[in-house]
Amino acid sequence: MIAYILRRLFIAIPTLLLLVVASFFLMHLAPGGPFTSERPLPPAVLANIEARYGLDKPLLLQLWDYLTNIILHFDFGPSFVFKDRDVNDIIAQGFPISLTYGSLAFLAASIVGIGLGIAAAIKHNSWIDYTAVSLGIAAQALPNFIMGPILILTFTLWLGLLPGGGWYGGQWQYLIMPVIALSTSYMGSIARITRSSMLEVMNSNFIRTARAKGLPARTVIWRHALKPTLLPVISYLGPVFVYVLTGSVFVDLYFSTGGLGQAYVSSALTRDYAVLLGVTILYGALTVFVNLLTDLAYAWFDPKIRY
Amino acid sequence: MKDMTRLTLSALLSSTLLAGTALAQAAHPETGEPLAENQTFTYRVLDELSSLDPQVVEDVIGSEFARDLFEGLMNQDEDGNLVPGVATDYDVSDDKLTYTFHLRDNAKWSNGEPVTAGDFVFAWRRAADPALASPYQWYMELMSLKNASAIVAGEMPPEELGVKAVDDHTLEVTLSEPLPYFPQMVTHATTFPAPQAVIEEFGTDWTKPENMVSNGAYVIEEHLPNERAVRVRNEQYWDNENTIIDRVVTLVINDENVALTRYLAGELDRTEVPAGQFPRLQKEYPDEAISFPRLCNYYYTFNLSDSGPEAFKDVNVRKALSLAVDRDIITKNIKAGGEPSAYTFTPEAVAGFTPPTVDMANMTQAERDAKAKDLMAEAGYGPDNKLSFDMIYNTDQAHEKIAVALSQMWKQKLGVEVSLANMEWKVFLETRGQQDFDLARGAWCGDYNEASTFLDLLDSGSGYNDGKYSNPEYDKLLEQAKTADDTTPLYTQAEEIIAEDAPVIPIYHYAGVYMLDSDVGNWPVNNVEQNWYSKNLYKIAE
Repeated sequence: MIAYILRRLFIAIPTLLLLVVASFFLMHLAPGGPFTSERPLPPAVLANIEARYGLDKPLLLQLWDYLTNIILHFDFGPSFVFKDRDVNDIIAQGFPISLTYGSLAFLAASIVGIGLGIAAAIKHNSWIDYTAVSLGIAAQALPNFIMGPILILTFTLWLGLLPGGGWYGGQWQYLIMPVIALSTSYMGSIARITRSSMLEVMNSNFIRTARAKGLPARTVIWRHALKPTLLPVISYLGPVFVYVLTGSVFVDLYFSTGGLGQAYVSSALTRDYAVLLGVTILYGALTVFVNLLTDLAYAWFDPKIRY
Repeated sequence: MKDMTRLTLSALLSSTLLAGTALAQAAHPETGEPLAENQTFTYRVLDELSSLDPQVVEDVIGSEFARDLFEGLMNQDEDGNLVPGVATDYDVSDDKLTYTFHLRDNAKWSNGEPVTAGDFVFAWRRAADPALASPYQWYMELMSLKNASAIVAGEMPPEELGVKAVDDHTLEVTLSEPLPYFPQMVTHATTFPAPQAVIEEFGTDWTKPENMVSNGAYVIEEHLPNERAVRVRNEQYWDNENTIIDRVVTLVINDENVALTRYLAGELDRTEVPAGQFPRLQKEYPDEAISFPRLCNYYYTFNLSDSGPEAFKDVNVRKALSLAVDRDIITKNIKAGGEPSAYTFTPEAVAGFTPPTVDMANMTQAERDAKAKDLMAEAGYGPDNKLSFDMIYNTDQAHEKIAVALSQMWKQKLGVEVSLANMEWKVFLETRGQQDFDLARGAWCGDYNEASTFLDLLDSGSGYNDGKYSNPEYDKLLEQAKTADDTTPLYTQAEEIIAEDAPVIPIYHYAGVYMLDSDVGNWPVNNVEQNWYSKNLYKIAE
């Protein structure tokens, strides 16, 4: 098991390196640069700026400098657009915010989604089932970029209950809407997957055996059916976790949370190379790590899997 | 019991406090309006600012901060006129090459140190210094400061810049050539003073709230990127006692519709009105929806370079396309924010020059359409020989609507086939800058309030002239205007040449379209550059 984890972490290094190199060249392929603007800079000024940020060097040398700075100093360089800040600053400020509301949204989506799915499966074809299924579909049909404005309109303008945005260090009033907006669509999907998985498990032979033995329904469900039910859910949750942390640009956009999602997307639009690469590496590392966790969780949930 | 005492105590306290402030409730010294107790002004900004460093900042939002946090030699008043800032007045030499600014002796930095001429010298050298690599280095060249170009090019040390401190309160500036609007240029953030000791101590971190020292009416208290920033009164500011607003809060809200919702929920004192919503808001909130002219234009430019289409080399085609555009449909139905239709390149709102009424402006749209058809026929285009071209614009809802409207007008009136292409901003700039287009959107906001900031764009030597229009006569007029005492006849002639040659299609001139809470006093609607200062605003008691 330990050997397996070490091996996976070791493979992560070339994976991330490949990601950096590919992103680096793709980024430079995109037309325009960080200093392309409506008022084109005079050549002398542009030369000074490029010299300051090392953009006058050959691409390969830039890549080499970039990588050595990261490895030797853990320095991801200065932002080309936000002149007072460097990439480490931007990540240190935005990532904890994304992580906070992302984790909460993930927890909300998993707990409510799995709960709804199990309830629907146990009371198959009852009103509980129908309600859960309709709720799930409705939630799934409302992506966060629609939920955002609807929530603000409802809770801020009409009801006057919640502030329309901001972070204020993560106080609860500022967390509610981002968490709802981010979690609902995943909640719906998780509920549907849990429900169908559970239905399948409940019809399988070993459950019939357990029932035939005369075990009470509760034991059958919690002891025997739950773990295999959750297997397909786990494989869905892994990517979801990465996605709520990385794909939260709409939450940042609508709720002015100051998270990393918006910084990431705007860095792509403004060609802020350093920020774009830095956040790509962070997200890449996060994906590798969460994938590993997912695989380890498999081993725990499925006795057939051994590492 | 304990709780009870606390309760009564706090009730007592708050009631005395209330009574105290009620007594102290002030009236505005000039207008006599009752002032609100809470003097906080909160407004929406679209994006995170680029920098708080006055020599580095390059965006509008950051410049708004710079004008509050720092004070330059001169300020602008509500109408955009020059008023004293750190300098009380200035003298100009007879050859118009030397300006001597006299600084007030009571100006202070927020740490209590006096503001001296040396702080300006330091700042201006810093701005031109290749080592800082400010994107606004070119501003030092634009100001015609002596040796600025050589310093930016790295051929001379920054110490050679044409600025020196005669003594602590006298700043002498030397220009390389006379520049009639030079005094206006020192209201710009790039020219604000900088605290040398603080910058040398903290490096780029000097703009962090805990380190920052500034000399304006406000200091930065809190700065949370992409969320909000707070600036509060600078107790050391020389005119602090006449400042009324205590706190200025900016909230970063990227989506303009969400910003409008939050404005309506009472979270903001000011926000922009999304395109097309002004008429409705004006009806519902007549005291709050405001529109006023801005110093910006919106146009389409023909590609007149070798890579441009052959058809556009024919002036009749260009004029026909311009005539066929029904500007009023775009300003009244699409933008609907009170923007004036444009027939000249320079906006009406510019100071010191009234753009001429060109022929096209006097015609009805029916007459324009008829003339456009004649001109197209003359150029040899008609049902048998259809004109077709591409037009490009950057991705944006309003730009898209306008582009669609234009292409429909041309199709219906002149039978022209236009294909539209929207592009992401940087791709668009790159494509337009490389003359890889037929017809492209353009827009420009004045760098300073003088017609040349617009007319220069069509100078054949201008780096911004993406259509590569070139007319020696036009270039000569602009050259003459640089030193002329009366620029009006020259600029009028230049506008007439633009009308005659039609290198661009002016569509409309911008308006500032805001929702502004009616308790905000003294918003400078007549300042077309929207160079506003929080210290001149106040909140009226409701």
